[in-house]
Amino acid sequence: MSQVTQLIHQYLRHNKRFPHVFCPGCGHGIVLGSLVRSVHNADLSKDEVCLVAGIGCSGRMAVYVDFNTVHTTHGRALTFATGIKMANPELTVICVMGDGDALSIGGNHLIHAARRNVGITALILNNNIYGMTGGQCSSTTPMGARSMTTPHGQLENTFDIAELAKVAGANYVARSTAFHAKMMDAQITAALTRPGFSLVEAFSPCHTQYGRKNKFRTVVDMYQDLKTRSMPMDKWNETDPAKRGDKFPVGVFVERDEPGLEERYAAMSAGLRAKEASA
Amino acid sequence: MAQKARRKNKELFALGNEAVVEGALLAGCTFFAGYPITPSSEIMEGMAQRLPCSEDGVFIQMEDEIASLGAVIGASLAGRKAMTATSGPGFSLMQEHVGYACMAEAPCVIVNVMRGGPSTGLPTSPAQGDVQMARWGTHGDHPIIVLSASTVQECLEMTIVAFNFSEKYRVPVILLIDEVTAHTREKITIPSEREYEIFSRVLPSMPPEWFKPFEETTRGVPPMAPIGSGYRIHVTGLTHDPMGYPTQRPDEVEEFTHRLFRKIDQHFPDIVITEEHNTKDAEVAVVAYGSVARSARLAVDQAREQGIKAGLLHLKTLFPFPRAAVEKLTRRGAAILVPEMNMGQMSREVKRVNSGRVRVRTINRVDGLIITPSQILKNIAQM
Ligand SMILES: Cc1ncc(C[n+]2csc(CCOP(=O)(O)OP(=O)(O)O)c2C)c(N)n1
Ligand code: SF4
Repeated sequence: MSQVTQLIHQYLRHNKRFPHVFCPGCGHGIVLGSLVRSVHNADLSKDEVCLVAGIGCSGRMAVYVDFNTVHTTHGRALTFATGIKMANPELTVICVMGDGDALSIGGNHLIHAARRNVGITALILNNNIYGMTGGQCSSTTPMGARSMTTPHGQLENTFDIAELAKVAGANYVARSTAFHAKMMDAQITAALTRPGFSLVEAFSPCHTQYGRKNKFRTVVDMYQDLKTRSMPMDKWNETDPAKRGDKFPVGVFVERDEPGLEERYAAMSAGLRAKEASA
Repeated sequence: MAQKARRKNKELFALGNEAVVEGALLAGCTFFAGYPITPSSEIMEGMAQRLPCSEDGVFIQMEDEIASLGAVIGASLAGRKAMTATSGPGFSLMQEHVGYACMAEAPCVIVNVMRGGPSTGLPTSPAQGDVQMARWGTHGDHPIIVLSASTVQECLEMTIVAFNFSEKYRVPVILLIDEVTAHTREKITIPSEREYEIFSRVLPSMPPEWFKPFEETTRGVPPMAPIGSGYRIHVTGLTHDPMGYPTQRPDEVEEFTHRLFRKIDQHFPDIVITEEHNTKDAEVAVVAYGSVARSARLAVDQAREQGIKAGLLHLKTLFPFPRAAVEKLTRRGAAILVPEMNMGQMSREVKRVNSGRVRVRTINRVDGLIITPSQILKNIAQM
């Protein structure tokens, strides 16, 4: 069997929940593939992985993968994930969210999960749009872009997810795109094996809802755009900001090894008990 | 818990809110997530003090009440007995997750120390205005269990009952306390471990391949596998089939919704807790709950001293509504008085059950003050 077939059999609930709902050309399938390979590469057993997802096209992953899976409420996946991780720190908790999920309705939870540095791997599939509800704008829809709720162009500034997570206090922050599957594999694997809060932002094209309205004639145009506009982190840092144009950096933004909240909590609790025992 | 097994009773001079903490710990609660709000904060503060001192106790202050109940449900799915405590505005925020807990059949306890409302209302004044919200706050059809407490001792006892019901029936259980009880300090007895029963969710005993996580059982309540125990189930807020996967098949959707109701309906006698005081020959029966039940008890005793045949039906379970107990009174022909600190949220239920058989009068106090025994006595005398 090829590795792909083998991984599909091993990690997906293929007999129960397929075919999937993703549109042809959607980046979400590529990210799902990368997630499965990363869990495999990190040598985690399916029983020790808990995948928590929000609501949206991205959230559907929870039904497809054969881990412990929790499909939660829109925007609140990280709150459930925090409870799960604190209740059972042995679990590897992955939280899959869309950009609307994580940054719009759930923005508050995201900054606090990063600030707490709780041991969760957040995977944000950024397609710059609300896919599942039919293409309304999200807090990452670029200025000027069209959507069902910005038919005359988006007027608001957008969140830079990776930068936001960085300043909020995450241990590990990285960004890749559906065009950079290998890079994404490495980033998710690193995120899974690191303590504390990790965030991987994955640009994932949604041609159905975003591309069509914003002059991407074909799905290929969207991938082509990710390819030409992305710039590796070291090159980005060397480039004069005035000359960066519409490019964006991909790569690792932060890498720290601070203990996660659950670890700090366990240490405090052990200390309290030791004190009580000696009293 | 780190505390050693207690064989003896212990006495404590405690607030209602502090008694909730004691009850929760006795019931086996090991997880608390919350957000501060008056008049419930002492519950959270007590948990922050106690939980980290025990082997497996987890306390976390979340960024809001939505997050708090989300974390509680997550912890519950991971096998913990988990709770949160809040007051009106926080309870409003929690509603979507109350629905999620119903749908996912995730046991959890939500204590709502009621204050005047709506909105930020009267932060430190007593009220009982969240009764119907506790029953119907979230969207969709679903049963739920709502309990109340009227004394500090009852705060402890009803918290244990709340955990037991939530574990037995896999439902969120809401414990409503009013500010009077929450902030009254009185002597309570912490029972020894032999004096109360603790119920924990039933775990699956079959191998994972055979396990259907949302299957009908004779009790109506499926066994529950904690995340990480090797069963690898899927949990969702979407209507799901017995395997836990989303479904829109009308027969499966209907069957699922009916099962949610059945598991509660089937166990009414266990769930519906009331206490009767002098009701056997009562010509006037007061139906009350929370701190008002306490005032009512005194008023009933004073009425008896004056030769009025008065009695009290004290509701400890508010929902499912103790229909049979109220019906019994109306069939005996007793006139009914329902005093409450709202515009009539429980008297609606009483009137519905009564269906016009006997006279039902209400006392509705919404000025942020308590209902006193003399106010009730005056109304009894006028009936
Ligand atoms: C409280 C609440 N509000 C609104 C919705 C409707 N809703 C479902 S998915 C969604 C947006 C999803 O967009 P995103 O998170 O970006 O994920 P995508 O579908 O693009 O992957 C919305 C608004 C909901 N389910 N719950
Ligand atoms: S709507 Fe967009 S995000 Fe959703 S599946 Fe289709 S392409 Fe993917």
